[in-house]
Amino acid sequence: MSEEKNLNNEELALDDANRVQVLSPGMMVAKRFFRNKLAITGLIIIACMFLFAFLGGVVVPYSQSEVFYTSEEMKKDYAGATEISEYQVFANEGEELPKDISSKLILALTKKEATITTRDGSTFALNELNNDIFEIASADGSKSLAYVCKLQAYAPEGGLVESGLTAAMVAARANDESSFEYNGATYTVEEHGSGTMVRNASGEDVAYVTSYSINAVENGVIISIDFREAVVAAISSKADSFEFDGEEYQISNKNGQYTITKYKNTSVINQFEAPSSKHLVGTDGNGMDLLARLMYGGRISLLIGFVVVAIELCLGIIVGGFAGYFGGWVDTLLMRLVDIIYCVPSMPLYLILGSIMDFYKVDAGIRIFYLCIVMGLIGWVGIARIIRGQILSLREQEFMTACEACGISIRRRVFKHLIPNVIPQLVVFASMDIGAVILAESTLSFLGLGVKYPAASWGNIINAVNDSYVMTNYLFVWIPAGILILLTVLAFNFIGDGLRDAFDPKMKR
Amino acid sequence: MKKFVIRRLLLSIVILFFVSMIIYAIMRCMPTSFVEQKAMALSQKPGAKSYQEWLDQLNAAYGLDVGIVQGYLKWFVKLITQRDFGDSWYFNMPVLEKFSSVIWYSFALSLASFILEIFIAIPLGVIAARKQYSGADYAITVFALIGISLPSFFFATILKWIFAIKLQWFDLYGIVGRNYMNLSTGGKILDMAYHLILPAITLTIVSVGSLMRYTRTNMLEVLNADYIRTARAKGLSEKRVVNHHAFRNILIPIITLLGGTLPGLFGGAMITETLFQIPGIGYTSYQCIIQGDIPFVMFYMLFFAMLILLGNLIADILYAVVDPRVRVN
Repeated sequence: MSEEKNLNNEELALDDANRVQVLSPGMMVAKRFFRNKLAITGLIIIACMFLFAFLGGVVVPYSQSEVFYTSEEMKKDYAGATEISEYQVFANEGEELPKDISSKLILALTKKEATITTRDGSTFALNELNNDIFEIASADGSKSLAYVCKLQAYAPEGGLVESGLTAAMVAARANDESSFEYNGATYTVEEHGSGTMVRNASGEDVAYVTSYSINAVENGVIISIDFREAVVAAISSKADSFEFDGEEYQISNKNGQYTITKYKNTSVINQFEAPSSKHLVGTDGNGMDLLARLMYGGRISLLIGFVVVAIELCLGIIVGGFAGYFGGWVDTLLMRLVDIIYCVPSMPLYLILGSIMDFYKVDAGIRIFYLCIVMGLIGWVGIARIIRGQILSLREQEFMTACEACGISIRRRVFKHLIPNVIPQLVVFASMDIGAVILAESTLSFLGLGVKYPAASWGNIINAVNDSYVMTNYLFVWIPAGILILLTVLAFNFIGDGLRDAFDPKMKR
Repeated sequence: MKKFVIRRLLLSIVILFFVSMIIYAIMRCMPTSFVEQKAMALSQKPGAKSYQEWLDQLNAAYGLDVGIVQGYLKWFVKLITQRDFGDSWYFNMPVLEKFSSVIWYSFALSLASFILEIFIAIPLGVIAARKQYSGADYAITVFALIGISLPSFFFATILKWIFAIKLQWFDLYGIVGRNYMNLSTGGKILDMAYHLILPAITLTIVSVGSLMRYTRTNMLEVLNADYIRTARAKGLSEKRVVNHHAFRNILIPIITLLGGTLPGLFGGAMITETLFQIPGIGYTSYQCIIQGDIPFVMFYMLFFAMLILLGNLIADILYAVVDPRVRVN
């Protein structure tokens, strides 16, 4: 075998057909195309984009609409405190007082009267004891009904103590006694910080009497007696903050209303987080991972580009082909239709259709589908014009006359001889048009009338810049999406440009 | 020639009629209409009539209580007999009055970018063609294609970020500055011009690419022509060959193209104007579209369609005027 080969090589004449490399027209075009640096760059970019969007979307661990949360230290109101400035009435065990006793009591106190008359006509005696404590007794003074003071008694669990016990305590305080009896049990009273602590016979805390009312903001939070002490100490020393149980509390005063705040971990949506190892491009205003959104958005944008151009090609080839091939009134009619559609301004029309879809609250997925159809239905006229022009000029050329003379069937004439001659223009136009469609789609999405949240598209990611604050401070939100749009459209234009040069036989390098 | 122009004009009128019909039908399909929003607002006032009553009353007032076909005919007859486009609902004034008050902003903006475009694109296109496949050619081609591929909203945002936010040379929005009212007439004009700088740059960069490539392609064709070879063979300097013999001949297609884009100067740039809130025809019509203001949108779309037709007509006529070899038919 090898000997034979050698022989052949030696015997090859200069004009031997084996020595001349023959290239088909298609190969010639391909060769010219691949010599074009820009076209190759475009191809590489498109390939990378497809990988990024379709493969990246599979690889990336997040979905496009997954919301991320983060815990943040937030100052939360914990409790409110105020010094008791109104007189509180504590009825003795088993005593009922009229409802309007409080208001009438205040009247009597301000007028310094010794009797209270309520609306139902009953009268009570009001006796001043010491320590700013008053006693309400029956009119004849035979029976003590209630005690009045600017104090409040809290149970260790945080709630209020029953009124009867409080009244007994206040009575003891008024008489400066260190113990009292209530319901057959003995209680001891002793000073404890700023208030007084009441303990039962076995030494357990029963109640704490203080002149500060302190209530928790949230239900179910127990304000302990020690905490009350700490708050009162902070208020009296005019401190801004105090420590309790190893935690830091802030206290602020507003006209005698004290607010106690505390830093608490709360879960919030992770908005606009700067790029990090967890989120390579950061997160957007809804706490969604931007990288995943860019990938899924790329899918939508590329898909819309290709689908719309496919629809345009179908319509354009059919209409343009008919018009060009048959001529006459068919041509006139179809071309007038093309003129009409060509004259409808496309951008305003897309906007109108977008707002129509907005009103019907079309689902984001179906909306994309409608968008493709609408853009395809409006954009085919350019292709139809190109095809018609080409076919009109080709029809007049000799090779078509030759086809007719050879008796080749119409179908074969069209598909074998006409269409291949139109393909170059079509391919160039289509590749440039994909770019234009992607631009139009991203513009629409940017205006909020194209692809809608939660579906991502490159245009609606940039939509965040409508908020000037985001535009100024979070570049990572909108710059990558813009650059991706630019690169993709640019790549399609590079390819179209390279194809145009490659198909043009006059372009010699 | 005269016959050709008259025929084209008549055809344009027929096309405009159909275009207006299509647009009217689409606009009437817009359910989130101006009237419904207004009725909703009015019916929520204390002691107001019910929503349905308001809706019926407003529909009657705005002439929407008839079907699409009758509504269109009504609009059309009014347009033909009184030459009146009606009143804009959103701006509450006659459409034509609103139009004439905003069109000049758009025209100034478009004209500025048009002139800039010519001065950038033609020299660069010629340079690229003269040194085909050189580094300069590649750079210019890439620049042109980047311009074509730039989303205008993205580019406008970048310009805003750099010049309005970081450098603070310009305002972020609007056509007039804060102390516009205290300026003299000349100052007012300068203030507006100053506010149009960023939008004009945006428009220029976005649309300069196509003219540049067009110039380059045509220049390449001309430079390969026989008479250029003759000129070079005569021993003329390269400068003279390019600037006299070649340049005159590329003016033919370029003038044709530019003549065709002249009417477009009145069309407004919807996206750019909206982003910079320049109160031109583009931004105005954008607001009207969003609000569902049928009379104004009808007018704008028809106006725009008319500009497209006019552009084509001018291009065809110029083609015949500039190039004596072309016969109009």
